[in-house]
Amino acid sequence: MEKELKVSKIRNGTVIDHIDAGRALHVLNILGLNGSEGLTIAVVMNVPSSKLGRKDIVKIEGVELRQDQVSKIALIAPSATINIIKDYEVAEKVKVRVPPVIEGLLKCANPNCITNQPREPVKPRFIVRSLRPLRMFCSFCGVELSQEDVIQQLTKGG
Amino acid sequence: MFADKDVLTITDFSREALERLFEETDVILNALTSGKKLDALNGYIMATAFFEPSTRTKMSFQTAMLRLGGACVDLPPEEISSRAKGESLADTIRMLDSYADVIVIRHRLEGAAKFAAEIAEHPVINGGDGTRDHPTQTMIDLYTIKRAHGSIDGLTVGVLGDLKYGRAARSFILGLSIFKPKKIYLISPPQLSCRPEVLHFLEEKGICYEEASTVTKVLPELDVLYVTRIQRERFPDPVEYEKVRGSYVVNELLLKSAKENLAVLHPLPRVDELAYSLDQTSHAWYFKQAYFGVPVRMALLKLILKG
Ligand SMILES: [Zn+2]
Repeated sequence: MEKELKVSKIRNGTVIDHIDAGRALHVLNILGLNGSEGLTIAVVMNVPSSKLGRKDIVKIEGVELRQDQVSKIALIAPSATINIIKDYEVAEKVKVRVPPVIEGLLKCANPNCITNQPREPVKPRFIVRSLRPLRMFCSFCGVELSQEDVIQQLTKGG
Repeated sequence: MFADKDVLTITDFSREALERLFEETDVILNALTSGKKLDALNGYIMATAFFEPSTRTKMSFQTAMLRLGGACVDLPPEEISSRAKGESLADTIRMLDSYADVIVIRHRLEGAAKFAAEIAEHPVINGGDGTRDHPTQTMIDLYTIKRAHGSIDGLTVGVLGDLKYGRAARSFILGLSIFKPKKIYLISPPQLSCRPEVLHFLEEKGICYEEASTVTKVLPELDVLYVTRIQRERFPDPVEYEKVRGSYVVNELLLKSAKENLAVLHPLPRVDELAYSLDQTSHAWYFKQAYFGVPVRMALLKLILKG
């Protein structure tokens, strides 16, 4: 925890803690941030954590997350906690949650799946079988979506 | 157990449900063989929507419905081609749902039957989708084994052929796991071996299985050999196909080492993977299996529509 303290506190904004080690940049990518926005961002990677062994932390000055962003972060960092900071104090602390059924956020990896047909009024839907490792299956065709697929989909174009 | 239920994948059914289906099939078979006319589904209509060509499955469903006094409507080929011009599967299913009491669908796309079931108010039966599910074929296969051996438990079963893309084989393997077979041999060329998710499923269910690349060695152990076709199209290189096909032909010579009561099954149609010389032997259960297609589907339709 000492290393964490070396990063200065933010006044107003968001601290995302307990990110799986090595995935902080994916989190920034999901949030659409690359540094060019001029926001103050602190990224701390691979610090010791009693829960995860090692973890990453992201602090962003002046930004609050939208619900869809929180849902996406949950899929790559299922243990993450999101702290909303107001005037240097934690105003609110939320633990992300991976819902048992994920609808609409991800695409099925199977090109022959009915959910990949542009004309059909159907939202892709996945049933989460386990969190660590993240395992989920398409509710329509049964094909598994791996953690790598999920990261790739959520961070594409970043 | 069945009333108003969709039939999408075989693993949606419990052992008890399948045993109930087999009991009902026995009753129907007895009635059929004694020439009794049945009319349990008089006044009911079944719609068939086959977006992929199929003669056997479609005719077998239609015969089953008619033999129970019900009626059939079929989505004509023109309608299927008009769909290619723009109508969605969703709209087609809504239309059929307004006409019929039950819908049977076959589709090239995976998950199409499940999607149809979510749209339709009436029960939907999957007549085969993509490379994954063919639950009614599996019900027929399991019923055939039960007739051949009295039980599915304790048997050693070989599944031969295209285990990767063949939906009948995949569905059959999953179906076996609902019972307690002694062992399943998964016999295929390496390029067409069983998908990891199916293997995981067997492991989770505690089913003993082994993958094999030839049938010769395991044959003497088998009580059931389920043969499926290896399609030429699965091989990018025709030379590769010619090399493997010979090793997956089941003929009398091969069966010399078989147990006396080995039952050979095949979902049909066959090409040359199953020699005609087997037809006269006691191993040939595939014609009976085809014959059971109608009574098993009769039992299923009756249980779904009448409970
Ligand atoms: Zn899918």
